[in-house]
Amino acid sequence: MTAELIHRLHFAFTVTFHYLFPQLTMGLGLLIVVLKTVALRRGNPAWDRAAHFWGRIFGINFVFGVVTGIPMEFEFGTNWAQFSRVSGGVIGQPLAMEGVFSFFLESAFLGLFLYGGSKLSKRMHWFSAVMVWLGSWISGFFIIVTDAWMQHPVAYNVVNGHYEVTSFWGLLLNPWALLQYMHNMTGAVVTGSFVVAAVGAFYLLEGRNQEFGKIFLKVGVVAGLIASIVIIFPTGDLHGKYVAKHQPVAMAAMEGLFHTEKGAPIVLIGQPNPETGRIDNPIVIGNVLSFLIYGTTGAEVQGLDQFPRDQWPGAQPLLYYAYHIMAGLGTWFLLLMFVSAFLLWRGKLYSARWVQWAVLLSFPLPYIANTAGWMTAELGRQPWLIYGLMRTSEGFSHMVSAGNGLFTLLGFMGLYALLGLLFTVLVYREISHGLGAATTTEPVHTAGM
Amino acid sequence: MGFIWFWLVAVMIVGYVVLDGFDLGVGVLHLFLPQNEAERQVSLRSIGPVWDGNEVWLLAGGGTLYFAFPLLYASAFSGFYLPLMIVLWLLIGRGISLELSNHLDIGVWHTLLDRLFGIASALLAIFYGAALANVIRGVPLQADGFFFLPLWTNWMPGANPGILDWYTVIGGLVALVALTLHGALWLTIKVSGELEARARRIVRPLWMVLAALTVVSLIATMAVRPQTLDNYYRYPVTFIVPVGVIASLVGILFFNRKAQPVRAFLSSSVYLFFMLAGACWGLYPTLLPATAGSGPDITLDRAISGPHTLAVGLAWWIFGMTLAVGYVVFVYSRFRGKADATEGGH
Repeated sequence: MTAELIHRLHFAFTVTFHYLFPQLTMGLGLLIVVLKTVALRRGNPAWDRAAHFWGRIFGINFVFGVVTGIPMEFEFGTNWAQFSRVSGGVIGQPLAMEGVFSFFLESAFLGLFLYGGSKLSKRMHWFSAVMVWLGSWISGFFIIVTDAWMQHPVAYNVVNGHYEVTSFWGLLLNPWALLQYMHNMTGAVVTGSFVVAAVGAFYLLEGRNQEFGKIFLKVGVVAGLIASIVIIFPTGDLHGKYVAKHQPVAMAAMEGLFHTEKGAPIVLIGQPNPETGRIDNPIVIGNVLSFLIYGTTGAEVQGLDQFPRDQWPGAQPLLYYAYHIMAGLGTWFLLLMFVSAFLLWRGKLYSARWVQWAVLLSFPLPYIANTAGWMTAELGRQPWLIYGLMRTSEGFSHMVSAGNGLFTLLGFMGLYALLGLLFTVLVYREISHGLGAATTTEPVHTAGM
Repeated sequence: MGFIWFWLVAVMIVGYVVLDGFDLGVGVLHLFLPQNEAERQVSLRSIGPVWDGNEVWLLAGGGTLYFAFPLLYASAFSGFYLPLMIVLWLLIGRGISLELSNHLDIGVWHTLLDRLFGIASALLAIFYGAALANVIRGVPLQADGFFFLPLWTNWMPGANPGILDWYTVIGGLVALVALTLHGALWLTIKVSGELEARARRIVRPLWMVLAALTVVSLIATMAVRPQTLDNYYRYPVTFIVPVGVIASLVGILFFNRKAQPVRAFLSSSVYLFFMLAGACWGLYPTLLPATAGSGPDITLDRAISGPHTLAVGLAWWIFGMTLAVGYVVFVYSRFRGKADATEGGH
């Protein structure tokens, strides 16, 4: 394996594992605020305990997110030194802002939220929950700004071979960042609501914690339906159109469109074959792609043949599959949540065991969809590290050999395998005995979080 | 602008060392100071609500270093690749073992995680000290400002040193003892009873080791990099730094004996501040010196970002850090007083 590939795998592996945690905390943060708000307004202690329960899950996720997030910041320097050297003045900025504006806020108020239950007034406790949620969303924003600059560089100048910011607001209000942010945050809410709904379904199916099971299922399904709609329209639609406009080669690769066509079809199923330049075993619907991108069925869509081969995203089939998995799962989310919400409205959800099973078993799917969505964005950017400006092959640390990179990659794989196992055990224990006790402050055999 | 950012980054590093320093120290003490499970719990509880907030200073400081001095960030992080990866694994192991030992009450596993937390804390303290010593001693830089240091070493700080030589080991020991003492002083504020008494008693022996190591490290620094003193001779008023080191050392012992734990802890914070500020001043305006015979030093002028980046950065930095310090003060004041052993967590 080449050093370039090792460094790419290093970042891809650590960021993929890391993102399992913040996508839940960002979605769950919002749902905890919903629970706390209902608890405060209706004075309902059950909703307060529900918020408390999810606060514990949030806390575990948060710590795993923090410890797996630290490597990400380091890796810009350790594994992507050439890239950092020329672009640190631009992308170092939102990364530092994430630390200053979001991490301090989030960690301070999470400490208050988790440890301060008895020391704070009800309002102050609610306020802490809101701040934790805000902190997690601000954090997401700065990360998206960082990524968006690599996807769609704006507001920069080249001085002595280095990129410099020319407009602070231009950098923060990068249109790519705003579209990607809306789409991404909605994806986090999908994850949060599916997990909450799944735990609700689990309790109802097991026949215990019935009261909480119903609260979780209701909140999860309502939030899940809204998020599943918004993630397709308008956020997914708008983001897709923007990609088609500014990274047409990426869009062609995502859709498996090898040849430029008027009235381009959309591929529902089929395997792209870069060698022959066609889709094998296809099921397609004519004109749909042209319509989705340009709003008219006859519009011409650029295919991969419009671009020199060295500008095609390297892993075209993987990109195509990632994109189709994301889109396919999005359709499933909408369908499932629509049916669940309909049953909820008719008062039949709490007895519809087959739907509860479907909700329970669907909880891993948003994780897969969000990971696939992220892969779509990043693989689509290839072979560029900064789109149109710097190739990935120019950006990695030339002083770090492939062997050293591989050694640390294997180290991370081993460590993260262990972490994943521990995380699963921990969260499962929380879920299996989390709401058993009838008091808000549980007997403490352990200190802290 | 360069001068300002040099010191802003230094302030963030000091913020990190002073704050995360005490919870690292508590981690080290956790290995031997508590005599039973309840004491172990309460010492963990003294850092529970704040440790990850403390660690945020590392991320915020790293980010600030990244955009203000991209060349330094790129060069140092890829050059110290292997030791930094080990630091990452230790940070992960430490955070998770603290979290897990609180959630998992399964006999042997609980003990294992407890010990892991202590050992990772100690190794991190040593690594940080050794890292600073590496930066003071210098690294074999190439003309383009990059280098790569292997883990192996012959223990000699020559033209081609390893990350560990006799000088950097001294740095590691100073950090270990200083942070352990810092943690002990934190415990005298936050815990009570038998544990508090034991924490107070351990201050004196730790202090004597630290005082001796401080002197050794200052002499060693002058031997390894004589030009460290240049700035001091140029601006003699800055000899206030070594005076501050001595005064704060005296303060630690004095206030600890008078049972004024907060003041003793603040003295220890001042000690850490002066030690780090003294090192920074000894380097300025070099950020990463080259060892004899290798390429040019990485200096402030070479590494700094463009003026517009820095001007914009300064505006939001001041605003953001004011807010951040506000949260920190707020949280610490909320959790003021002795850590409560009986009260529930979340």
